[in-house]
Amino acid sequence: MQEMMVKRAVELLENGTVDRVLGWTTGEFAYDMTPAVFRSADDLKNGFVYNDFCAANLSKYLIKECVAGGKILVFLKPCDTYSFNQLIAEHRIKREMIYVIGIACEGKADIDKLKDMGIDGITGITAKDGVYTVATIYGDATVKATDAMAERCLSCKSKKHMAYDELIGEDGDVVADCGRFDMVEKLEAMTPDERYEFWRGELSRCIRCNACRNVCPACSCEKCIFDNPGSGVSQKAAVNSFEENMFHIIRAFHVAGRCTDCGECTRVCPQNIPLHLLNRKFIKDINAFWGEYQAGENPDAKPPLGRYEKGDREPGEFGGVQA
Amino acid sequence: MQDVKEFRPTIVAFCCNWCSYAGADLAGSSRLGYPADVKIIRVPCSCRVNPLFILRAFQRGADGVIMAGCHPGDCHYTSGNYFARRRMTLLFSMLDYLGIERERTRVEWISAAEGAKFAKTMNEFVATVTALGENKRLEDLRCKK
Amino acid sequence: MKKLSFAKLNEFFAAIAAKEALYLPVNNNVGKAEFKQWSEGVELSHALNTVRSAKDFFFPQTENLMKFKMEGKSIEVSDDRAECEDFVVFGVRACDAASFKILDSVYLVDPIDTYYKNRREHGTIITLACGKPAETCFCGTFGIDAADPAGDVTAWETPGAYMLRANTEKGEALLALVADLLEEGCEKAVAEAQAKTREILSKLPLAGLSTEGVGVGMTKELFDRPEWKTLSESCLGCGTCTFVCPTCQCYDVRDFDTGNGIKRFRCWDSCMYSDFTLMAHGNSRNSQVERFRQRFMHKLVYYPDRNNGTFGCVGCGRCLARCPISMNIVKVMKTLGGKN
Repeated sequence: MQEMMVKRAVELLENGTVDRVLGWTTGEFAYDMTPAVFRSADDLKNGFVYNDFCAANLSKYLIKECVAGGKILVFLKPCDTYSFNQLIAEHRIKREMIYVIGIACEGKADIDKLKDMGIDGITGITAKDGVYTVATIYGDATVKATDAMAERCLSCKSKKHMAYDELIGEDGDVVADCGRFDMVEKLEAMTPDERYEFWRGELSRCIRCNACRNVCPACSCEKCIFDNPGSGVSQKAAVNSFEENMFHIIRAFHVAGRCTDCGECTRVCPQNIPLHLLNRKFIKDINAFWGEYQAGENPDAKPPLGRYEKGDREPGEFGGVQA
Repeated sequence: MQDVKEFRPTIVAFCCNWCSYAGADLAGSSRLGYPADVKIIRVPCSCRVNPLFILRAFQRGADGVIMAGCHPGDCHYTSGNYFARRRMTLLFSMLDYLGIERERTRVEWISAAEGAKFAKTMNEFVATVTALGENKRLEDLRCKK
Repeated sequence: MKKLSFAKLNEFFAAIAAKEALYLPVNNNVGKAEFKQWSEGVELSHALNTVRSAKDFFFPQTENLMKFKMEGKSIEVSDDRAECEDFVVFGVRACDAASFKILDSVYLVDPIDTYYKNRREHGTIITLACGKPAETCFCGTFGIDAADPAGDVTAWETPGAYMLRANTEKGEALLALVADLLEEGCEKAVAEAQAKTREILSKLPLAGLSTEGVGVGMTKELFDRPEWKTLSESCLGCGTCTFVCPTCQCYDVRDFDTGNGIKRFRCWDSCMYSDFTLMAHGNSRNSQVERFRQRFMHKLVYYPDRNNGTFGCVGCGRCLARCPISMNIVKVMKTLGGKN
């Protein structure tokens, strides 16, 4: 895969179709890949990497790249193309400035899962036939790729690219029964007291680093309300439980109907807070209240909070959620 | 001075300028009573109420927050309340999902002619929130007197 | 040297906790270690390190400074700081213990930060030597010995028992408090544990990381290097690295309007934020490249410049493990400095 990607990127760079390439570059330990911009064939050949640890959704970087001008080649996994479409819909990026190569994805690995298995001192990871051989200073370990797969990939909603100029690998299908709302349903079935305890237990770990916000392709405001001293809510720390709740409710609400469920918020959280469960609740509610809607599926679709029906349900009708 | 005091809730009511605020006026001029615990904040349209307003009201000590606007179809700006309705539906559902008592939030459509409905709604809402007691789950201790 | 058998660990905790609050690394609901107060039933985590650093004890993320109350035309100002009582922290690693010295050099010099000093005086630190360092560890680069951490008391995990060595008067006093649980320690067991740890340390992928090319007097050399742009290109501008960092010491002072008065508090700030050091005239660092450069120049050049060459990083590796896009100080050092 990596070789094909580099080969194609070099071709497109050399024939002038694009002037730079957005991809991932090498890390220190075989699992810490960094998003990077490549400007020459040599850069690509020396530094471009693609493997199961290239989890970052590159679509948000396109906002910055589009401002810089030129033509950009970007590699997008199926879930990233939903974010891409959503950014097009919101006029944050320009389609004509971007050349998208869709890349097939069988799910990304979560390094935390390997570490939670007690694998320490990792010096190298090689993947072959769905098995990772992890070299460590304490000896080698083998792990099935599915056992190390990121939570969001285990309930992958779609292996189909929503936008691309060309594909490397086969395009997949939308996964009908992905089970991504299972945990939301579990929470809904709890009593309010249990739900409250659950969320206190999770949100109280928040250190307000803003990683969830900054990585989110839907969070693309020039100035966030939480950074605006005039808003009355610009705090740099989650001072107490109220602030934690407020920040996360509003963060999720601001992207309600626009969140494509790419799962970046949960991936980047240094405290492992399952933030996607807030976003998924909104997605599930939107589907249940106003009809199925998948943000990023169709850039021309009207967002659910930007339209209405005269017969919409009234606030306070919760529909089957435990009181 | 530290007698056990009967709990009186603080209720914040966001009322749209064209219908519900006028409804409150009518309730007053008709001498219909509703508890003084209700603090009205006039907004140009129910659509002006963003989710942060609701949360901020709780932060500053509200025990219950109600939003009142024109009946669907009667919005002074044609469709503001339709959008507001969708927003509040989502927000209330989220608060409920976080385990915050669903009875603390409410939306009611009250026209300028419905002084009686305004008074009745507020009486009911105050009674509900009084029964629930103090807002503990969305409180900000810094704002307590 | 004293010895505490594993069997008596719980009694040891109980004896300390009976006198003052005891904090130790505990696995939280997602299986990651964080410092929590000990009470009967709370178990020590075996994780290498906590997600958040131990600086929280002396320099908490938020802290009340004062409050203002307005009545008519008068303003009443009162001290709003939380009372601090004696406490003990068990299980601090060498990197975090070294970070306290760095924080001291900022907060205990004139003008002394009394909030910090107060906490520092009330705290007793029991460090725990590392037994199984991770690939992200590079404390050795900054001359820190993971096998011989500082602190008021140092503990080593040896077969069947912890060996304890008091390093300060506070440490002596603490061990005296639990003297009846302790036996005479064994230097040899400690030496063996240390040798084992040091052998592992020498095999770590970052064992050879050098500070060549960074450090005292390198401002002119490094400030305008073109690599900053590529290094910072993918930085999200979040505060993760700064908030998990044991040595990041910047804070912001904020006023919170409670509706019936003003509470002035301070909270951690991050040089990665767009409103860091925001002033009336605007911001002194307008782009992420500048903000990114500031963070690393501070740790690797400015701080050593003012502190006899001591670096502002202790190599705990938290930022390596936690950065959403895996850009970190090691990559910066390798790119700008020597190749190792």
